[in-house]
Amino acid sequence: MTSLWPRIESLLAQVTKPARYIGGELGALRPVHAPGRVAWLLLYPDTYEIGLPNQGLQILYEILNERDDAVAERAYAPWTDMEAAMRAASVPLFSLEGSLPASAFDVLAFNLSAELTYTNVLNLVDLAGVPVRSADRGPTDPLVVAGGHCAFNPEPLADFVDAFVLGDGEEAVGELTEVIGAWQAAGSRSRPDLLVALAAVPGVYVPSCYEPVYDDGRLTGVVPRLAGVPARVEKRTIADLGQWPYPKQQLVPLVEVVHDRLNVEVFRGCTRGCRFCQAGMITRPVRERPVEQVDRMVREGLARTGYDEVTLTSLSSADFSGIEGAVSSVINDPECSGQVSVSLPSLRVDAFTVGLAAEIQKVRRTGLTFAPEGGTWRMRQVINKLIREEDLYAAVDAAFSQGWQRVKLYFLIGLPTETDEDVLGIARLARNCVEIGRRHHRSVTVTASVGGFVPKPHTPFQWFGQNTIEELRRKVGLLKDEARATRGLTLRWHDPEATAAEGIVSRGDRRMGAVVEHVWRAGGTFQEWSEHFDLGLWRDALDAAGLDLADAVYRHREQDEVLPWDHLSAGLHRDFLWQDFQEALAEHGLEDCRWTPCYDCGACTGLGVEHMVASAVPPAGGSQGTGQDLATGGAVPVRFLDKAPIVAAVGGERSA
Amino acid sequence: MKVRARFTKVGRVRWTSHRDVARMWERALRRGRVPVAYTAGFSPRPQLSFGLALPTGCESVAEYLDISLATPVDPVDLGALVGPLLPDGVDVVAAGVLEHGAPSLQEMVSSCTWEIEVPGDPDDLGAAIERVLGAASLPIRRERKGRAVVDDLRPSVLALSSAGAGATGALLLAELGTRPRGVRPAELAQAMGIELGLARRTRQLIERDGSRGEPLVADHTGAAFTWERAS
Repeated sequence: MTSLWPRIESLLAQVTKPARYIGGELGALRPVHAPGRVAWLLLYPDTYEIGLPNQGLQILYEILNERDDAVAERAYAPWTDMEAAMRAASVPLFSLEGSLPASAFDVLAFNLSAELTYTNVLNLVDLAGVPVRSADRGPTDPLVVAGGHCAFNPEPLADFVDAFVLGDGEEAVGELTEVIGAWQAAGSRSRPDLLVALAAVPGVYVPSCYEPVYDDGRLTGVVPRLAGVPARVEKRTIADLGQWPYPKQQLVPLVEVVHDRLNVEVFRGCTRGCRFCQAGMITRPVRERPVEQVDRMVREGLARTGYDEVTLTSLSSADFSGIEGAVSSVINDPECSGQVSVSLPSLRVDAFTVGLAAEIQKVRRTGLTFAPEGGTWRMRQVINKLIREEDLYAAVDAAFSQGWQRVKLYFLIGLPTETDEDVLGIARLARNCVEIGRRHHRSVTVTASVGGFVPKPHTPFQWFGQNTIEELRRKVGLLKDEARATRGLTLRWHDPEATAAEGIVSRGDRRMGAVVEHVWRAGGTFQEWSEHFDLGLWRDALDAAGLDLADAVYRHREQDEVLPWDHLSAGLHRDFLWQDFQEALAEHGLEDCRWTPCYDCGACTGLGVEHMVASAVPPAGGSQGTGQDLATGGAVPVRFLDKAPIVAAVGGERSA
Repeated sequence: MKVRARFTKVGRVRWTSHRDVARMWERALRRGRVPVAYTAGFSPRPQLSFGLALPTGCESVAEYLDISLATPVDPVDLGALVGPLLPDGVDVVAAGVLEHGAPSLQEMVSSCTWEIEVPGDPDDLGAAIERVLGAASLPIRRERKGRAVVDDLRPSVLALSSAGAGATGALLLAELGTRPRGVRPAELAQAMGIELGLARRTRQLIERDGSRGEPLVADHTGAAFTWERAS
């Protein structure tokens, strides 16, 4: 294989941000390709700046390159100007490390983090010079695989991706490597043989081994075509995060990217049980990294990378048992000379105390974002984000008192049972936060960022019919009127048309593949980018496929309706999800099972794993998602629940 | 205490921006635990001052950076420590202590010399050079704040000559002024009607007391690092 570098470099003078295509990151490897080594090209289907920081891709990059029987390189989606230059000069998709053509790899492995990148997946396969449809690929074409959160409803990509991996990839990539290596060593030229062998690997879903069955236009099942493939594919779960201290050598890019800082994953999984949140549902149970390991990864990572900011990542980092110690040991470390700041994503307002605020702001004030998600207590009971208004105000007050002057609040609109009162509650909360800020500073800004809710597979809201574009627009309009009247309040909202397009793919069945392909063929790449997004393409594609937006997106699903991902398991009982949906409609919350008895969602029992949590009580104070008034670090009273796990509904905005 | 360092930017790394280079330096200095002085205030930043921006895609063997230190460090040690922590193609070739109150790099540098590869026939390049040197003005159209403006480059073209055949065609040597604003090799090529190959900045020049010199002289044969005290 020869390097394409001279041909690549000749294109760089004509494109924006050319350094996206040169690699050269600190931590990048130059693996030696050889017979007997399965060559993986790890791909993120969005720009380099968005894709490079992806921790999942970096973890697999290291794990594969540590193996004797594998090598791994990386590629990202070239921006439209580079793609045009590449196509004009007949330069195929290439790897960053060795500038090798993508088609020279044995495996093209995609990270699927967002539905609107699917058209980019097709585009990258095409740029690699590989047939876009699995059925058209021959024995010498690379295998196209995909993993990541969106793989939990793979059907819209089932005609294009040869195999999906569900759940944690750490162990699965090794098993895939062994199956592919054995197939190559046997000298087999039969691609179907390889696919059947892959389908036997736990957690691997090979769509061509399964057949969707329809009755009168409705899906009635996705069933095995062959004997020996499992009727239901269960996700992979690593039991102990402490066994996987990756990435050990986080990549430090030469150019600025999003999340441009050291990232250390402190736990995986979340049992807060927010009903809209797919990530929290499909990654259960909670597995904490040992505190000492977090400490070591932070220390070594900072020294190695030269970053001056570290993020302790997880789905709700304030819930990490060692959070206060981890934050203050970095901030107060003399080695860091007071120059390293810590940021915590997805900070729950009920865990953000004056103490934590004071620690974080010692170095530099990074942006502060809180996510109440719902505008009223009633709404937050429906979605099971049980933070009280007092908690939000206390958190915002703590932030302003420690010198912050800008605070961002995230909300969802279009949630189940939502009324106009709930929507207007968003403006009321934000307005009250502005008021609190004014007590500390003359000029404060509170930004309310509002996204339209897209129901996701494997969540209690998977049956819910998404709000129409018009309804979301009307609700945004209500908020715009309110925001105009309040000085210091800025409103931002996600384009309702993009929300609709995301909904098309999110819960689509295999027929949606034709829609994705149609949009791609019509030039619809980079649909996550507002300057390229075009709902017209999606409408045309639905028409061409004989499908209907209202039926695909806005329709409430029936309780007994077969859903396109029912043959795949994230560990959750369907009965649990339906029951939890009913609890939502009845405005009943559900406690966090890390610290309270099990309500049998299915994740721990089904997977034979358990929560790994160091603290027997919630580490930070506040109500901690229980709706109760708790002292800092206080124990959550343990109660034995009846059949239905219900937190006693409390009236109004206050709790008992 | 301030230290001035001279460094290169050659090879693949030439496709990074001026801002990217600043971030590379910040990280390398932190990795080397160099006691850089930080700004005060809510958002402390390391006190680093870079000279004239190098256009993305150009190489250079004459880039400069002034580093403010919280505690004194021998410039020789600093160069030897940080050099290996910088990306391939960014090499520290000289470092020296800066005298107190020395003018900033931006203020001092009045022109830069360039070696520019020009694909094609060296004779054609010779003709283009003669045409430019004989011209009274050299207008080019540019966008400035969204409006089209016409600039005359001729006063900034201080010297122009051909060095015969280069790697991929002819080699153009140019000295371009920096005031009122720096002329980029791409703009020169546009005004000359020639194709632009690889452009490399070879020197940044200052004028002091009627004589010309560099902010920090380097042995740019590349044979070895030379360290010297800046006067």
